[in-house]
Amino acid sequence: MLKNFLQMRLKGLVVLAVIVLLLPLFFNNPFHYDLATQIAIFAATVVGLNLLVGFAGQISLGHAGFFGVGAYFSAVMTGTYGWTPLPTMLVAAVVVALLAWLVGRPILKLKGHYLSMATLAMGFIIAIIINNEGWLTGGPDGMPVAPFSIFGWELSSFNQYSLFGIEFGGDVAWYFFAGFLLLVAVWIAENIIDSPIGRALRSVHGSEIAARVVGVDTSYYKSLVFVVSAVYASLMGSIYAHFSGFITPHLASFEQSIVLITMVVLGGMASTFGVILGAVVLKLLPQVLADFQELEMMMFGLILMLTMIFMPKGLFPTLQNKLAERKRKKSEEQA
Amino acid sequence: MSKKILRRAGFLAATLAASIFTGAQAAEPIKIGSFLSVTGPASFLGDPELKTLELYVERINAAGGVIGRPLELVHYDDAGDASAARNFASRLVRSDRVDIIVGGSTTGATMAAVPLIEQARMPFISLAGAVVITDPVKKWVFKTPQSDRAAAERVLQDMKSRGITKVGLISGTGGFGRSGREQTLAMVGKMGMEVVADVTYSPSDTDMTAQLTRIRNTPGVEAVFNFGFGQSPAIVTRNYAQLGIDLPFYQSHGVASDRFLDLLGDAGEGLRLPASPLLVPDSLPNSDPQKAVVTSYKKLYEERWNMQVSTFGGYAHDGLMLAVEAIEKAGSTDREAVRKALESIQGYVGVTGVFNMSSTDHNGLSADSFRILEVKNGKWKLIN
Repeated sequence: MLKNFLQMRLKGLVVLAVIVLLLPLFFNNPFHYDLATQIAIFAATVVGLNLLVGFAGQISLGHAGFFGVGAYFSAVMTGTYGWTPLPTMLVAAVVVALLAWLVGRPILKLKGHYLSMATLAMGFIIAIIINNEGWLTGGPDGMPVAPFSIFGWELSSFNQYSLFGIEFGGDVAWYFFAGFLLLVAVWIAENIIDSPIGRALRSVHGSEIAARVVGVDTSYYKSLVFVVSAVYASLMGSIYAHFSGFITPHLASFEQSIVLITMVVLGGMASTFGVILGAVVLKLLPQVLADFQELEMMMFGLILMLTMIFMPKGLFPTLQNKLAERKRKKSEEQA
Repeated sequence: MSKKILRRAGFLAATLAASIFTGAQAAEPIKIGSFLSVTGPASFLGDPELKTLELYVERINAAGGVIGRPLELVHYDDAGDASAARNFASRLVRSDRVDIIVGGSTTGATMAAVPLIEQARMPFISLAGAVVITDPVKKWVFKTPQSDRAAAERVLQDMKSRGITKVGLISGTGGFGRSGREQTLAMVGKMGMEVVADVTYSPSDTDMTAQLTRIRNTPGVEAVFNFGFGQSPAIVTRNYAQLGIDLPFYQSHGVASDRFLDLLGDAGEGLRLPASPLLVPDSLPNSDPQKAVVTSYKKLYEERWNMQVSTFGGYAHDGLMLAVEAIEKAGSTDREAVRKALESIQGYVGVTGVFNMSSTDHNGLSADSFRILEVKNGKWKLIN
């Protein structure tokens, strides 16, 4: 029963939706909503990144760069030039898509891991530009961002809202909004994976030569999925900027790119729900470990190391296998 | 199975009972929240700040607390990451429900937390430098270090008193240097002075000879002013000596520490900078109101932690003491009352300077609170 649940696409989405809906029962203060909202935003980002890493087998070391471009584009255009948030977000996504296409298309014609080098350099360049063009971006000290609004309806985590006579805070509204976005992100990703594009990508990951022999335009598909994952990052970057109300160039830094990749690897490459778990763990750990003070960094490193040694496939796939195995053993015993 | 559950339930009941009893014994503590960059690239700020907070919270509690209640310090390490700072500020406000926040080692960390703190209506005393924190004035945000604008003003004043009007400016492209450069450029006009050369370096540069040569070759330069942070100012000073430039040389308050002197060797002779009186407690005249505070802070800190006191820890001392003063004045931890009390603090003598807060000035320090120091025989010498 559980096995079937975990394996089926639509049912996975339903489980996730139920989790998102029921999670607030365990929250007892606005900080939990705040943290959960961020986790949802980062989870949606890595769901996109996972398409590239887990399915096309390419590594992007500059994904925080795309995230940062989305965030800063929204911040600057809504703040300094008075654009409305939603169209700005979409324009930012188009800009990032073009950028990713420009970087990815020529590089992905080559075999091997050249994309990681190209994205590494691109990420650095983006971070340097954000840092140095202080007149536009506020420089290293960052800049404030206006709250998100849809059709003139403002979504700020500090306002009070009422719907059907129920009063609730903006943090709750943000949580459900971010949760909804995560569900949409997962739904789109799962559909891409299960489409001809997804199958072509998996064939590339398995054996690029074999894929080419049967007529798959591998470099086209790789560029396409790179663009898609960059768009995911850009959109979530914009959302994050509006949510947090203040952004700094750290968002676009190399460290942040590594954090994103770690979420994918830790949670389980090529497993959409796995990478969500990765985002949850990586965002929660610093808060949980904060009480250990000086030992925080050491424990953080230790946990990551042990996970990688004992669960090399990532958290989620390993747990999934364990469950499947237990189930098989049980049915064998019964038989 | 049921035995196990029973045992667990018993344990839970025991802990609950214990917590109720301890709760009944002592008055409810006043929660002081703090997020500091204790580790990471800004640890030279956060580490002495945390040590100072711990030291003084201990001392205040030993002396009976504030308005009859003990202090409780709730602190997190943001490791110099602004988004982490924002999250910890959120945790302090929403989960720990602290009464006041004293923290924010860097301007980035402070500013990332400000929107949230403003909307949560929480009194916040920042320990970071840039002028943007309190200008424009934000209702709930205060800060203890002098702003970079005051530092620029103080340096330019001293130059002017030596008859210098044409300045060569060299600054880092980090947050501190960039903000300092802007403030200096804005200030020279008001002082009737002029920046004739304006060059920058990246914080990761290891040699600034090229920039300094450009300044030296600019006609009319009468003095050189470096606004930077971390390692770079020491390199600039060394290069300055190597090039044999014979003009008065100024550094900013960002490097005002004994550690900086060690880095310089003989290269720093004649160098001037604006600094907290904490660096020269013994040279202060007895008439100086800050002398007692500064000497006592230095002594206590060095006894407790067995390491040299730093200017940055002084910011935390003043931040905590202002918070305590405000809570005492307000007679409660009611946020609006504490905020009003903070705003009305007049003539409070701290380590950094004498604070005169008002509704239009949430820093409360004038440029005079900086002392101009000169390096003489490898030691700080008080000029005025």
